[in-house]
Amino acid sequence: MQTHTAKRVEITIEKIMQSRLTDALVGAGVHGYTILPVFGGSGRSGEWSRSGQISRAEGMVQVICIVREERLDALLTAAFKVVEKHIGIVNITDCEVLRAERF
Amino acid sequence: MADILALAADNLISPIVLCFALGLFAALARSDLSIPEAVAKGLSIYLLFAIGFKGGVSVAAHGVDLTLGLSLIAGIILSALLPIVAFALLRSITQLDRLNAAAVAGHYGSISIVTFVAATSVLESSGIAAEGYMVAVAAAMEAPAILSALWLISRGESGRMDANLWREIMLNGSIVLLVGAFIIGGVTGEEGLKEISSFIVEPFKGVLCLFLLDMGLVAGRGLAKGGKLLGWSSIAFGVLMPPIGAAFGLAAALALGLSLGGTVLMMTLTASASYIAVPAAMRVALPEANPSIYLTLSLGVTFPFNLVLGIPLYLAVASAVSGG
Repeated sequence: MQTHTAKRVEITIEKIMQSRLTDALVGAGVHGYTILPVFGGSGRSGEWSRSGQISRAEGMVQVICIVREERLDALLTAAFKVVEKHIGIVNITDCEVLRAERF
Repeated sequence: MADILALAADNLISPIVLCFALGLFAALARSDLSIPEAVAKGLSIYLLFAIGFKGGVSVAAHGVDLTLGLSLIAGIILSALLPIVAFALLRSITQLDRLNAAAVAGHYGSISIVTFVAATSVLESSGIAAEGYMVAVAAAMEAPAILSALWLISRGESGRMDANLWREIMLNGSIVLLVGAFIIGGVTGEEGLKEISSFIVEPFKGVLCLFLLDMGLVAGRGLAKGGKLLGWSSIAFGVLMPPIGAAFGLAAALALGLSLGGTVLMMTLTASASYIAVPAAMRVALPEANPSIYLTLSLGVTFPFNLVLGIPLYLAVASAVSGG
């Protein structure tokens, strides 16, 4: 089957910043994304877990976008403005999709 | 003094404090006991709805008077003022830099609704009535402290606050639910309460116990990972600031002529520190500040202090001052 190359961007970010990030993505013309809950993890800011979570300040989500390569720079510029000072990870991988016109 | 110790001893063996202690022990002992996120949210929604509704019913029964408006104004002023007091204390006794001191200070002007709920539970057990509108005062005290904290760090600089953050602070789920339930309770009154009392009155303490078990787990985990970040001076602040805040609350309550129960609740509100609304706002507006410091102080030091010693202390002082 015919496949097409694309870029998969995974942004793991504080839950409290989720709507700001997705607003920025939409503003940059990226209307397709998927949001996943993150159960827990550990990093420079220490270990954390999703259980309990009384405070709205804690908790992370992962926002996944798949875009054509030529749209990657606009996406990263918009996302960086939001995530620059915050806890999180941005990573980009190559991927293949079946329906190129959707990205 | 003997009264305070007797009250503290009674409080120590109450189910809510023991449930908190169990959670704290389980977390520090690294047990795998945990309350799922959705359950914790459900418990908190229940408690906010129940306390708001009952507050509204009480206002419906006793009517609205000038003291309600004045109490709201006093709450807003205290919420804005206390971060400045806390900031001065933090800068004088701890090594925290301006940014982290301002972030911590903001938490101590805002309120902990669970501490408030625990205080109402102690008052109910002691048969002491309080003004129902103190729930509305609690809601009004959530946000002004955030503005004070941001003012302390920016001193008029713009850019820390945006329209989204304003909306999130003023319309955060806890405030909407608390105020909404308060209005529903006020509109439906005693009749409304009768219809749902089997849901919001009888199970209340049991749900509070489970929620405090979760609070103990979260506080214990916070202490285990963030405790190393806090020096003795920061821990001293977390224990000293609540009685200082309570003294401001006591002065305001006496000036307003609140009842004994209302005075204890006002003292509890001014003594408590936020761990819901303010940390979220600080993560957005002051991302450079270390959340482990302010969350550990608020949840791991001040919350247990108020729950175990603070509430009986405020009750004893308010009783002594009011001659009750």
